[in-house]
Amino acid sequence: MRPGVMPPGRSGLNNAMNSRSSTILIAPALAWLTALMVVPCVLILALAFFRRGIYGGIDYTFTLENLALVFDPLYGSILLNSARIAGIVVVIACTVGYAAAYAIATLPRAWQPILLFFAVLPFWSNYLIRTYAWMVLLNREGLITQLARWMGYKGEMPQLLYTEGAVILGLVYSYLPFVILACYAPLSRLNPEIAEASQDLGASGWTTFRRITLPLTLPGIAVGAVFVFVLSIGNFVTPALLGGGQFQMIGNVVYGQFLTANDWPFGAALSMVLIAVMMVLLLLQTMAVERGTRADG
Amino acid sequence: MTTPITSLAAFALFTVLTATVSQGQSLTISNWDGYMAPDAIAKFTAETGNAAELVLHATNEEIMGKLIASGGEGYDVVFVSSPFAEILHNLGLAETLDHAKIPNLANLYPEATKLAHDPGNTFSLPYAWGTTGLCYRSDLMAAAPTSWNDLLSPSAEVTGKTTMLATDRWLLGAAFLANGMSVNDTDEAALAKVRDTLIAAKKTLLAYDDTTFYAKLVSGEAVLTQAWDGWCNYGIGENADIKYVIPSEGSDLWVDTMVIMTGSENKDAAYAFVNYILDAGNHRWAAENILYKVPNKAAMEGLSPDLLAQFTNMAIAPADLLKYEQLRDVGDAQRAYSRVVTEVMASR
Repeated sequence: MRPGVMPPGRSGLNNAMNSRSSTILIAPALAWLTALMVVPCVLILALAFFRRGIYGGIDYTFTLENLALVFDPLYGSILLNSARIAGIVVVIACTVGYAAAYAIATLPRAWQPILLFFAVLPFWSNYLIRTYAWMVLLNREGLITQLARWMGYKGEMPQLLYTEGAVILGLVYSYLPFVILACYAPLSRLNPEIAEASQDLGASGWTTFRRITLPLTLPGIAVGAVFVFVLSIGNFVTPALLGGGQFQMIGNVVYGQFLTANDWPFGAALSMVLIAVMMVLLLLQTMAVERGTRADG
Repeated sequence: MTTPITSLAAFALFTVLTATVSQGQSLTISNWDGYMAPDAIAKFTAETGNAAELVLHATNEEIMGKLIASGGEGYDVVFVSSPFAEILHNLGLAETLDHAKIPNLANLYPEATKLAHDPGNTFSLPYAWGTTGLCYRSDLMAAAPTSWNDLLSPSAEVTGKTTMLATDRWLLGAAFLANGMSVNDTDEAALAKVRDTLIAAKKTLLAYDDTTFYAKLVSGEAVLTQAWDGWCNYGIGENADIKYVIPSEGSDLWVDTMVIMTGSENKDAAYAFVNYILDAGNHRWAAENILYKVPNKAAMEGLSPDLLAQFTNMAIAPADLLKYEQLRDVGDAQRAYSRVVTEVMASR
């Protein structure tokens, strides 16, 4: 058993419930997911094996062309580039988010819910509005430029908006709360006595963090990282708005195939590959967490 | 728990809803948001007694996706750009027009009946037309732009302050025209050339922008943009230093059209609707309020000279418009177009 963290599936609730009531409670969520998630995904999967009609629409003859085209260097490079951008977002969001979660978890108990509330506050407004807010801030005649001018800066401002940096900034900003919440959960459940024991045995603060705190909270970081990666790699709104349409991520290509090129089969093939990548990542994450749990056991 | 009052209310609501649905004969018209007068439907119903419902589409591609998926069912009249009207015609979804049912056709310019995509208006009726050119801040540029190359390989003065349209046909159009090609060229070598031109141009751009470029000109964020003439007018309306020019290499002639669907269950009402729009006063609304040229002679002749003086591109003669080539449906080559655009967008 892992020290310091409440083991999963051992709560008081567990004893009070039998498997039949579990089935009843889980049924609505399961039905919902099946009808609105699994069935559409299967339909998308099926579309990928048909031809596109000359004017869009679907020509129901079997083909593997669409799947082959996904592995064309053009789309492969877009997928890799999307993964690169999502990777940078994960590193920044996890570093900043973990630090913030750590700081919140070390504060007095009474303060913690208030700070967590502020961390998730941006979710109360619409994603598009939050993205447009960055456009207002970053554009060449925007608030940052005006502030710089007001403070006496005379030169030409560097281009902030419509850059890769702006896309990364926007994605980190949007998904940071997920990392804070995911990391805060294990951090707040850490038994402080373990860190004390480590220090009593002569470990420095850094060693304690590196060998005790970090490994014990790694599952939280993994959850946050996978969330951010999956949401970032498929995002198409932020690259379109903050990238000025110049930074095409795989989500934009999928969007374009469905809504501009009217090539649903190829769009379906692309999204299938994207879903497969995400499922592999989620599987790896689950396995990593499982292994972590067992290794400690 | 359900009280008798709530069930009564639910029953009443149900009755009202089914009553609305069972009228059935109501027309369904799909148009871009704000592309006709807000009271057009109400006035049409008052004048002709035909009920109608307006649904909106954001892009040609969006409404085409719906029409193709449904085989054209559920819509009576759709507003689409001419290449898409051609597609509807090729798919057999566009009604062959009976001119006897559209007396207001007589209001159109003679040129508007000779459009290359549909000479004689056999399946589409032009609603608005114009050019694609350069919209710029004359006060922020040393010399007025004259060529597509002023946009595609900009001077140091405007580098990083230009935008291009993101919609594939017009994005490609700028490069086709700059290279002296047809805007409908599908030759592989031509597409490779156009791709290289656009990849080089991308490095100098501020952004691709279809919908807010005029606001970027007003704020000074952008100085030179690829623009539809009507949209440039929105910038001109806010800042008189914003000007529009058709580059020396020319423009495309874009035409937005009305198409009656073959699947319409109420064709007489659909004819009445397009005839209503082609009325001089009703059609003039578009010119006066959305600042697009309309191919309606009677409507344009009623415009105030002040409007034409402020928005000079609205005064272009129809004969001059017809010198430019229309974007045409290119069939399966659309896939090659999409690929070129993806290659341009993926380049860094």
